[in-house]
Amino acid sequence: MTTKGKVKGIISNLVTVGVDGPVAQNEICYISLGNVRLMAEVLKVNGDDVFVQVFESTRGLKVGNEVEFTGHMLEVTLGPGMLSRNYDGLQNDLDKLTGVFLKRGEYNFPLDNEKLWDFKPLAQVGDKVEAASWLGEVDENSQPHKIMVPFVMEGVYTVKSVAAAGQYTINDTIAVITDADGNDHNINMIQKWPVKKAINVHTEKPRPFRLLETGVRTIDTANPIVEGGTGFIPGPFGTGKTVLQHAISKQADANIVIMAACGERANEVVEIFVEFPELEDPHTGRKLMERTIIIANTSNMPVASREASVYTAMTIAEYYRAMGLKVLLMADSTSRWAQALREMSNRMEELPGQDAFPMDLSAIIGAFYSRAGYVYLKNGATGSITFIGTVSPAGGNLKEPVTEGTKKVARCFYALEQNRADRKRYPAVNPIDSYSKYIEYPEFEEYIKTKIEGDWIGMVNQMKTILLRGKEVQEQINILGDDGVPVDYHVTFWKSEVIDFVILQQDAFDKIDAVCPLERQEFMLKLVMDICNSDYEFETFLEVMDYFKRIINICKQMNYCEFHSEKFEEHLGKLKELLAEREA
Amino acid sequence: MTKAFQKIYTKITNITKATCSLKATGVGNDELATVNGKLAQVVRIMGDDVTLQVFGGTEGIPTDAEVIFLGKAPSLKVSEQLAGRFFNALGEPIDGGPEIEGEEVEIGGPSVNPVRRKQPSELIATGIAGIDLNNTLVSGQKIPFFADPDQPYNQVMANVALRAEADKIILGGMGLTNDDYLYFKNVFNNAGVLDRIVSFVNTTENPPVERLLIPDMALTAAEYFAVEKNQKVLVLLTDMTSYADALAIVSNRMDQIPSKDSMPGSLYSDLAKIYEKAVQFPAGGSITIIAVTTLSGGDITHAIPDNTGYITEGQLFLRRDSDVGKVIVDPFRSLSRLKQLVAGKKTREDHAQVMNAAVRLYADAANAKTKLENGFDLTNYDERALDFAKDYSEQLLAIDVNIDTTQMLDVAWSLFGTHFKPEEVNIKQELVEKYWRS
Repeated sequence: MTTKGKVKGIISNLVTVGVDGPVAQNEICYISLGNVRLMAEVLKVNGDDVFVQVFESTRGLKVGNEVEFTGHMLEVTLGPGMLSRNYDGLQNDLDKLTGVFLKRGEYNFPLDNEKLWDFKPLAQVGDKVEAASWLGEVDENSQPHKIMVPFVMEGVYTVKSVAAAGQYTINDTIAVITDADGNDHNINMIQKWPVKKAINVHTEKPRPFRLLETGVRTIDTANPIVEGGTGFIPGPFGTGKTVLQHAISKQADANIVIMAACGERANEVVEIFVEFPELEDPHTGRKLMERTIIIANTSNMPVASREASVYTAMTIAEYYRAMGLKVLLMADSTSRWAQALREMSNRMEELPGQDAFPMDLSAIIGAFYSRAGYVYLKNGATGSITFIGTVSPAGGNLKEPVTEGTKKVARCFYALEQNRADRKRYPAVNPIDSYSKYIEYPEFEEYIKTKIEGDWIGMVNQMKTILLRGKEVQEQINILGDDGVPVDYHVTFWKSEVIDFVILQQDAFDKIDAVCPLERQEFMLKLVMDICNSDYEFETFLEVMDYFKRIINICKQMNYCEFHSEKFEEHLGKLKELLAEREA
Repeated sequence: MTKAFQKIYTKITNITKATCSLKATGVGNDELATVNGKLAQVVRIMGDDVTLQVFGGTEGIPTDAEVIFLGKAPSLKVSEQLAGRFFNALGEPIDGGPEIEGEEVEIGGPSVNPVRRKQPSELIATGIAGIDLNNTLVSGQKIPFFADPDQPYNQVMANVALRAEADKIILGGMGLTNDDYLYFKNVFNNAGVLDRIVSFVNTTENPPVERLLIPDMALTAAEYFAVEKNQKVLVLLTDMTSYADALAIVSNRMDQIPSKDSMPGSLYSDLAKIYEKAVQFPAGGSITIIAVTTLSGGDITHAIPDNTGYITEGQLFLRRDSDVGKVIVDPFRSLSRLKQLVAGKKTREDHAQVMNAAVRLYADAANAKTKLENGFDLTNYDERALDFAKDYSEQLLAIDVNIDTTQMLDVAWSLFGTHFKPEEVNIKQELVEKYWRS
């Protein structure tokens, strides 16, 4: 017997419902308005009054409209066929919706019921299985998509039968498993899971340590992120958050990329729709779209589903992680999600915390970030969710609740700086304020040794020292004047400029420079550090500037050339001549 | 307007400066009503308690005022007849002309499905190099001018509108002074384009809360022309700061907890709903929004410009450059996020690199200027950078420039050649070889 109710009050998308039976916190209900049904979620219960947030516009809603509760929380439907799809925050397939404009109350099934999948059994009759055990796999855009025992099934089961290799739809039974009491359960390729609950099907969550290559020098070289790591990118508007995020999502060495466009511009999502089907994954050569899922809940779409969209994205990521895949999840921007929470908290007249955000904001952010990570699955395989969120701090001020709450939980911090953006030094990541905690992990150091010879971490740290020293010297030059400091100071400053121009700056719109593989990053850093570690003799500071500008120019030309191409080597030759000229 | 079956309420229980409440039943959320003839909208329903936001303000409303619910959300009649006409915030003609006949459409309608949008790709040429060269505009874009109230933003906007070759220009004026309203009217009239213009105007003489309807009215008209007629529509919204101030007044009267700068917590969503109406439709029509957000003392960290900046696709800053005595489009703080969709594609290949190099060199000049102001000696490079900055400001950044993009690029190369050596500009070698002029 489902609980029913009637609308009692309306303030924007917060609706009060009088109910006749039990309801659960976060339960989903539908409000009837004429012939459409509007989806809503329970936020607060007070006696017989239930406060729900409606995921749609409430225009025209009246007191007395019928409400029907569903008995479950907001769920996603998991199964093969999610890759390459564009969903809204509630997992409606946007491509299946008709018309140019979104219509209220139009919901659809997120998977394809008709498509036949090439199924291969993995489990054998008699195997003991539990939630998330792999029963078989299908090929989803070249990814081995595991068909698992549904996560909601508790206890141990015995496999009674598994379908033979062949073609099946998602609704066909591919296995029958028997529980301890001897009851049979038919398993098909679909399962459901409530988005606000983490999927915990792993045995262990160690500290992550494997580098996740992004092809962006200021990340991989200076402040690397790892498989299963967390990072965030705060920055005032116009500092290149989105360009950087798109670059990472295009180039990262991940099996699956999930992009949650949460309360951001629709045209940015359109850019992904247009580019990803064309661009190639630099690691596999396949089209980027094949490994990507887009959750688009842009700023003009209903506010309440903004919050849902990040959870929907995370739950899908957890599903793929349980298959032993490397998942990259990007959310742009978590501030919009926090603002959605603020709007609702405000309407419910809760006592506000700082900047009118709800008091538990930082706990909510913390709980969300902790769902990412590198895990060992029960069968010994590994999987990971790397999560990078952007933060849009109000007024560019990093001392605001969302940035502060995120800083406590994210291990990488990529601070975008207005000043660098104004000077077109892109990506505008401030090299001194930004950090990656992973670079301090001994596990990481050990891992990177298997990829790069020599003391890589030592070299990176030395690079950062030169950058810091360069900044200090620059401040002194600004105070004392070019003539007021020794010529050496200018050399130090210009060494830091070489690092900035050649390593940190990268042209995201240049075909070649946009992606810099690790091997090339190693080569360039070693080259630049050789330049920085050499001694030079100059008479005047003018000579210093002139000389280093020439170095920078040649190195930049190298960045624009195919690695080790004829042109590249030609520039390298010129650089060596130039260096030989000066070396003391 | 009263119909026989409409129920008339005559007992108001609560009145504030912007709202009034009464007991009523069968009322829909967002529904319109009249209170002693003044237009109002339902903003809150709690049981049989209904709160109305009165657009004209509640001055003089008695507790026994006549309240009639109209059973519909705010709407506009749309047809070709809109062209050339002037309306108030409620969509009523203010030019003395007849009422519009056409289909009645609710304003503030649904959003475009993101997968149905087309990527904007058509350049909007304005002739102003500070815009076309550095911050190229694209149809379907939304971009505001961030300007102090004393800057000539309305003039620049009018110029842009006239040169943009749009099929329709829709002016949404919020808190416009009467003088500015007449200015727009004259400019459009003198240019002989009045038949392409539709205006929705709320001047400072009208009640401030009425302003809240202006953007939705203007955009509903825009959607009609862009969707039904596949036209390229340019929407001018001036000034969005007045709009946000009106939002703050209403939320304050409804006892909502204010967030940053006394603005409602929903400011971001409220503004996004308006700006995201900018779109390139698959059938060819488009809506481009150019807005004005006035700043207080150039402060862009205030909640209004700050939230706007996160929503719009860039922003244009005007600044008076005392070195050349002209108003320029500030190359540091201005940005068009969509420029890479056309720069080098619809314009010459060297566009992006030239633009970046020029701004970088201009930044060097800014550094040199700081040095100069601090009393330090300038290097030869510093001096050349300063000379370059002056020419650049005068010949390219000033708002009175009116040339095409190729000419702009040629001017930039000739400035590079005059003031710098090729290795100082950091441009790809192939381009230097092709375009360098000394």
